[in-house]
Amino acid sequence: MPDLGLDILFKGNNFMRLLEGLFVAFKISMISVAISIPLGLVVGTLMTLNNKILKAVFNIYVNIVRIMPQLVLLYIVYFGASRLLDINVSGEVAAVIVFTFWGTAEMGDLVRGAMISIPKHQYESAESLGLVKSQVFAYVIIPQMVRRLIPLSINLITRMIKTTSLVLMIGVVEVLKVAQQIIEANRVSSPNGAFGVYLVVFILYFLVCWSISLFAKYLEKKWR
Amino acid sequence: MKRIFKSAAILSLAVILLMSMFGCSGGESKTVYRTLDEIKESGVINIGVFSDKSPFGYVDENGEYQGYDIYLANRLAQDLGVKVNYVSTEAANRVEYLQTGKVDIILANFTVTEERSEEVDFCLPYMNVSLGVISHDDNVVTSLENWDNSKSIIVISGTTAEIFLTKNYPDIPLQKFDSYANAKGEMEKKDSRSIAWANDNTEVIAFEKQNEGYTVGIPSLGDPDIIAPAVTKGNVTLKDWIDGEIESLREEKFFHKAYEETLIEIYGKDYEDTLVIE
Repeated sequence: MPDLGLDILFKGNNFMRLLEGLFVAFKISMISVAISIPLGLVVGTLMTLNNKILKAVFNIYVNIVRIMPQLVLLYIVYFGASRLLDINVSGEVAAVIVFTFWGTAEMGDLVRGAMISIPKHQYESAESLGLVKSQVFAYVIIPQMVRRLIPLSINLITRMIKTTSLVLMIGVVEVLKVAQQIIEANRVSSPNGAFGVYLVVFILYFLVCWSISLFAKYLEKKWR
Repeated sequence: MKRIFKSAAILSLAVILLMSMFGCSGGESKTVYRTLDEIKESGVINIGVFSDKSPFGYVDENGEYQGYDIYLANRLAQDLGVKVNYVSTEAANRVEYLQTGKVDIILANFTVTEERSEEVDFCLPYMNVSLGVISHDDNVVTSLENWDNSKSIIVISGTTAEIFLTKNYPDIPLQKFDSYANAKGEMEKKDSRSIAWANDNTEVIAFEKQNEGYTVGIPSLGDPDIIAPAVTKGNVTLKDWIDGEIESLREEKFFHKAYEETLIEIYGKDYEDTLVIE
């Protein structure tokens, strides 16, 4: 077996530090997801309304998020805001703001897509059964929508987790940064450390994203 | 088609609006930095360092910051009577950290250049770096004059070594590599047409120490660059204090001690006076 330099992970607190880094990444993405989903539901619903001004505003919003690389958004919120508006936020808060801004737009777009994909006759037949508008949504439309949304939003959530690797650029020490620190601190004693440590980082990201997608599969089955 | 044009127009208008909003509101001049007294009063100094550039600034297996830069940073904080809050910075965002006042000092192997001096204030230097050339023991290259053009020099693309050689020795053939690992591989080949490797002298000296059969024939090439602490542009009180501090540290041979504590394992005793400014 080739020397992967895995031994450096067991020096001192290195493995614990890696897990702490993973927790930082996980925390940032989960807080952002928790805020983005309800906001996305609201934005998505507003997008389906036939209001020209609302449509234009959300169109611009969604397109800005699509066009701007996340790194640029992170720089704008972390450095730009303190430079121009004198608002100083920590790296973690800046990350949550950017990820929520991004997540809300994408989630909104997904919700809009899911809503218009529900055929008109579903609304009409529900109403003809005597349900009022709020009941139509609560018992007929939303349950169907949620089922359609699960695979799409899992895709978004796992992408968010992976994109947390960018927050090291605004001084947040997350799993990838810890990995680089461990590799560099042992550059002389184990020059092959990069392979082993990055392999472990890959496995950690995989475990997190995979367990989320397993959970989603379980939900899909349960709600079928 | 018409609708696409329309939304494109709206979008570009919005972007322009957003940009001008960010662009114009920067008019008022507020001090973003903290003065010496403000730092002392708060009891904490924020210092931006590298966390993954061993042996200058890195984090050890217990999660503690270590290295040559850190050795100085700890001393500065100790003499100021405050605690240090280390902020992990990247090469690309060091200037930004100072300009937004998110750190008080950058001590991240920051090379003094003309462009950077316009954006931040550098204090007195504490280290030298220049280019170095390493070659095989049996054919040591000690000069780049009268170069035999059938031989070439290894460089890593985009480094100062490449820029320097292209500008000052345009006739010497270069063999360019994208990564350190590939350059190292070529250097280790017996039948390579390259007989030497030019890089930052800290890198080639470290290579000489770690590998058998190589000698740094040219330990410093061209004008040396200096490395210094930097503060936010205009932060005179802090800059003056650091300058005074560095002068008195030089008197007590602090930087030689720092070298012996942090760098000697990698670079050895021979290069102490080449690298340290004292």
